[in-house]
Amino acid sequence: MSKTEDASLEKQEQNIGKVEDVVKKSELVLEKEMSIDGSREITITSLKYNPSNPNSKPEFVDYKLRETPGMTLYIALTKIKATLDNDLSSDFVCRAGICGACGMLVNGRPQLACKTLTSDFESGKIELLPLPTFKLIKDLSVDTGTWMKNMSLRVNSWIVSKEKTDISKIEKPVEPKVADEVFELDRCIECGICVASCSTAIMREDFVGAVGLNRVARFQIDPHDTRTDEDFYEIIGDDDGIFGCMSLLACEDHCPKNLSLQSKIAYMRRKMVNV
Amino acid sequence: MSKTNINENIVESLIGTTIEKKKSRIPARLDFLQSATGLFLAVFMIFHMLFVSSILISKDFMLSVTKAFELSFLFEGGSTIPVFIAISVVFAVFIFHAFLALRKFPINYRQFLRLKTHSNLMKHSDTNLWIVQITTGFALFFLGSIHLYTMLTNSGNIGPYASADRVYSDYMWMLYILLLIAVEFHGAIGLYRLSVKWGWFDSGDAKESRRRLKRVKMIMTVVMLLLGAMTLIAYMKIGYEHQANYGERYTLSSNIGDK
Repeated sequence: MSKTEDASLEKQEQNIGKVEDVVKKSELVLEKEMSIDGSREITITSLKYNPSNPNSKPEFVDYKLRETPGMTLYIALTKIKATLDNDLSSDFVCRAGICGACGMLVNGRPQLACKTLTSDFESGKIELLPLPTFKLIKDLSVDTGTWMKNMSLRVNSWIVSKEKTDISKIEKPVEPKVADEVFELDRCIECGICVASCSTAIMREDFVGAVGLNRVARFQIDPHDTRTDEDFYEIIGDDDGIFGCMSLLACEDHCPKNLSLQSKIAYMRRKMVNV
Repeated sequence: MSKTNINENIVESLIGTTIEKKKSRIPARLDFLQSATGLFLAVFMIFHMLFVSSILISKDFMLSVTKAFELSFLFEGGSTIPVFIAISVVFAVFIFHAFLALRKFPINYRQFLRLKTHSNLMKHSDTNLWIVQITTGFALFFLGSIHLYTMLTNSGNIGPYASADRVYSDYMWMLYILLLIAVEFHGAIGLYRLSVKWGWFDSGDAKESRRRLKRVKMIMTVVMLLLGAMTLIAYMKIGYEHQANYGERYTLSSNIGDK
């Protein structure tokens, strides 16, 4: 080896050493940034399974990561997907508890990932499972859309009116109190958490769920809808409808929008039993 | 069953609606009746406990309560027929309630597994209470039936000594301990469930009303369990002391000064 080649090799090694130093430094900076205010390491365990892949077997995978201030499960999962496992699937759209896409079982309890702070879990151990009762797409991702569409069709989730609408005339006024009640029930985001919390829905897949009963109550209250209680009985008057509900109220306790499902289901039950 | 009824049933079982293409009203009736029979049995159990615990006041008082049920104020010495009829009615309602409640039970392995996993994972108090309810309900199918049949065939053998002998010398205490626990949990949870199911005592703030109802439920379970345990101990004590004279009946005159 010539002297010139030796010098070039030495230079290259020096350069590599420099690059390694830079990487090490940036790792230290990253580590420091991530451990602001003495942050802790948390362990997120997720079920991984792809039903559409015949070779996939259900498994639980642990992900260890540094907790950052105000970290939600949405942020944690995004970090996992960006740095640890880009194959992990979970659904998100709005990140603000509006779209209802990120429902999952968090340590067994159905809730929205975007509204769940990792700091709420003292042990730093969080187990994530897909919402039961819905078709599993992959890992934490479930198909609530098809279920909700079928529910909407089943309960005729729209205004049914025998009156002809004359758009040249001003719409009939609605009492503000009644309008408020209707709008209150309209706050449902169809995230599926009430269904995944329900023992009847867990056992009997045809059960309409609190979301469906809430929809019916919404139109029953709305004066624009001319359907009678007899008409609503035809929709929910069976054991897959209102009479399947056992009033265990996990729907009410877990609803991320705090809807008064207990009162509304009791209201619909009283109406339907008197038809 | 008339031919029309049979045809209606055939149409409904095949099509899912009545001949008039309407949904059957039967599910509504069944839901109502499950609640109504449950309410009847729960209220009956509260009064039953008050009556049997009359032994804690005195043997004479318990005997006077028994005699009142035998309508001794109408017939000389009372009659066992009203007691027999009352137990028959309770037994019939009990069987009907069990039949209606069966509709809600997990009925196959898959349902059982899913419910068990769901409640273990979720740790939701009302869901767990329902697990207690179906467990105690299942136990009551047997415990309640044994007790009711025993009382039906012994409707004349109720009294301070007769009941104490049954508890102690006839070894019914083992059954009664289990029955007491099952009934008090099942009844109190059932009354709470009825209230939230139908929206009773809803003062406008459903969450707060529910919290209050839950507190009442807990107090009710504790009070009834304590009262039941004390009553059972009282009958055990009398039965133990009376074992040598098994079969003898208590009369007011026979026990003056030994109340």
